Amino acid sequence: MSRRPGFVLEVDKSTPPTLFWNGEGFTLETLPEGSRVVYAPEPMKALDDPYAAVRHALLHPVGDRDPLPALLHAGMKLTICFDDISLPLPPMEAPDIRQIVIETVLDLAADAGVDDVVLIAALALHRRMTEAELRHALGDRIYDAFAPHGLLTQHDAEDPDNLIHLGQTERGEDVEINKRAATSDLLVYVNINLVAMDGGHKSVATGLASYKSLRHHHNPQTMQHSRSFMDAPASELHTSNWRMGRHIADAGVKVFQIETTLNTNTFPSSFAFLQKREWEWNLRDRATYAASSASLRGAPPRVARQIFHSIESPHAMTSVQAGEVEAVHAVTTENVWRQQGVDVTGQTDILTMGLPYICPYNVNSIMNPILVACLGLGYFFNLYRGKPLVREGGVLILRHPTRPEFHPGHHPSYIDFYEQVLTQTVDPVAIHKQFEESFATDPWYVHLYRTGHAYHGVHPFYMWYWCAHALEHLGRVIVIGADPKAVRRLGFSPASSLNDALEMATDVVGPSPTLTHLHAPPIMMADVH
Amino acid sequence: MARTARFPLAAPSWPASVERPAPDRKIGLEYDHAWSRRYPVRVARAMIMDNVARPVARVLAPATVRGLEHLRHVEGPVIFAANHASHVDTPLVLTNLPVEFRHRTVVAAASDYFFDRTWKSVLWSFSLAAIPIDRSKVNRRSADTAADLIAAGWNLVIFPEGGRSPDGWTQPFHPASAAYLAHRTGRPVIPVYLHGTRRVLPKTAGEPGRAPGGSGTESRRAGRLRRSPISVLFGAPLTPDEGENTRRFADRLEAAVATLAREVRTDWWRARRDVSAADPVAGAAAAHRGPDAPAWRRAWALDAPPPGGRATTWP
Repeated sequence: MSRRPGFVLEVDKSTPPTLFWNGEGFTLETLPEGSRVVYAPEPMKALDDPYAAVRHALLHPVGDRDPLPALLHAGMKLTICFDDISLPLPPMEAPDIRQIVIETVLDLAADAGVDDVVLIAALALHRRMTEAELRHALGDRIYDAFAPHGLLTQHDAEDPDNLIHLGQTERGEDVEINKRAATSDLLVYVNINLVAMDGGHKSVATGLASYKSLRHHHNPQTMQHSRSFMDAPASELHTSNWRMGRHIADAGVKVFQIETTLNTNTFPSSFAFLQKREWEWNLRDRATYAASSASLRGAPPRVARQIFHSIESPHAMTSVQAGEVEAVHAVTTENVWRQQGVDVTGQTDILTMGLPYICPYNVNSIMNPILVACLGLGYFFNLYRGKPLVREGGVLILRHPTRPEFHPGHHPSYIDFYEQVLTQTVDPVAIHKQFEESFATDPWYVHLYRTGHAYHGVHPFYMWYWCAHALEHLGRVIVIGADPKAVRRLGFSPASSLNDALEMATDVVGPSPTLTHLHAPPIMMADVH
Repeated sequence: MARTARFPLAAPSWPASVERPAPDRKIGLEYDHAWSRRYPVRVARAMIMDNVARPVARVLAPATVRGLEHLRHVEGPVIFAANHASHVDTPLVLTNLPVEFRHRTVVAAASDYFFDRTWKSVLWSFSLAAIPIDRSKVNRRSADTAADLIAAGWNLVIFPEGGRSPDGWTQPFHPASAAYLAHRTGRPVIPVYLHGTRRVLPKTAGEPGRAPGGSGTESRRAGRLRRSPISVLFGAPLTPDEGENTRRFADRLEAAVATLAREVRTDWWRARRDVSAADPVAGAAAAHRGPDAPAWRRAWALDAPPPGGRATTWP
């Protein structure tokens, strides 16, 4: 059977209850008649032979780039950079795409007699990956060949000795990136495009940048003018990155970009019901739902978290393209939309969404309240092209437990942001002005970022900035089933049930509002007409 | 008051706005029945056929078989084209076939009825060596399957009417059935007339949507087996004449079966003589489609003795 495209269901009397993610769990909610539910397209067919496809892409680049073998020669300095733990979500079953691509690149480099090769995880201001995470992403063969010799490194945005300032763009934006990468004869960037936002010039200009460079586009003003940042032409975030990327190219940094796309086969067969339409649940799906939701309800959050974070996604590669950054990214974006695009007609008064246990910044970690806000208002809200799914002044209803729990090793600055900043204001612009600088330059956070596995001190600010567009657009944000104190701290309204939330929403959008539910994950992009 | 289970404990209801897709199961025309012709399955089927089905058939529907001599001079594979009035037609044809044909015969069965559930597909494939065919239209897949099996040496039992007769009178033969397969494979067709099977197991009144026809004359005993004698008549093998198209050949087949039908009630000679001399094909076929009259008169005419009285009395 050919795969089915995305689908917008109009809820009627016969519609069974709809699945809502609820952090480390899920629940079924009965939506009012006339509501719409947006379902993701079914997974595209995976490439039959990923290794052969990667090799073909490297030998047949797009844009103004020679085939990779022609760019490799003995005595050259080669740096291979790759996306970090934040992609893909959930982490994919071995072999990871990065392993497949980098092994192929290294095969060609070995054939060409290249000796000076360094691998860099493009972390930007994210936490450093653990050995287990690196081994999972790259495979033991690569890890054991490079890590013991110090040739597998992780980008350090606070290492003055390994950063190079390449000047400023025409808008005065500082371009400061990893020195080893910038001074190499060839920089190969290995990307995973989970969503349309990823890749392009953002890979190098963000992934290998320093705080000095990142602050030019990771700020409330840029985010408010990125509508959405899943739609590069309409995204100020991308416009800034593109300026920087072109500046990097003009500075003589030769980038060979390799981008890959994934299908929406997000959950293993044991959780197949999570990506099925409810009326198509079979006996096994229903039994799995009943058993898993009952056991998760009774499990301590820590145990439930461990269960969910052990999930490895059966994501499969649907395309790979290599060559010049912009030409590659144009093909990639088209492939991402082909997999994830759903046509939706008209906006809605109320948008509902159940938030899952994972976002790019809590892999093998805890989803703290700031990340909940970022996932709902930053990521899911922005899964659109054209217009947001919810109208201006509309209401966003989230479902997530939103416990005030933090991973002290991964998110130390988040704790202080939650306690010291959000207690003062939730306005992204005010936060940016009053607090960002002190957190970004705090030596303790810098130390934890550089030596431990902590996100940079400024990272919670960026998470809040991701929400800036939604905060400006929405009339109200309501969170169901959450810790009321935590929700109020975020500036949102708590509700105990969907009916209560809908009742509260009518204060903002009036009686008889329209309602749309985003049935994600699996990830989709709403093309709102 | 008993409480009914709700989703997810109960199966989900289906949104009215969403078209319900065909079940994603390998049933119907998609059913893979190759297993039913493997040797161990054939042996098992033959043992059941000879040791269970035939004795039961002898008790339930003692048969008068005529025309077996036609089969002695024909080499398989052949196509048996029979009239169809009851679900017991298939097992009764099979159990009354000579042994050299019986165990190497497949049966064309309606995919929408006999292969609409997995258990039914397995049951009929095993017990009758049934293969699914599309009776609503010409279907390349089912035609290919049947033709391939004939080419592989299997005899085929097929009911060219496409479904059971609602009242016992023969319905027009589909040209895309036995006639088409004979044209395509070059194998002879043996006309078969089954008489009395409608009394053994009548067509139920509750199935008008599943088969063509439905005159309302179905018995109230519908669906219950009843012991009743039957007749099975085999006609002479027919092959398409030079230049004869499938429609004409189908008419000729129908006429041959109709002639056999008259033979049941009279004798071979009178049957031949009664068929219109001017147009034996059209006349014979029309003769067994019954009068154009209300249901009771059609039923009356079906069981009426032929003019001149029955010839089955002792001379």
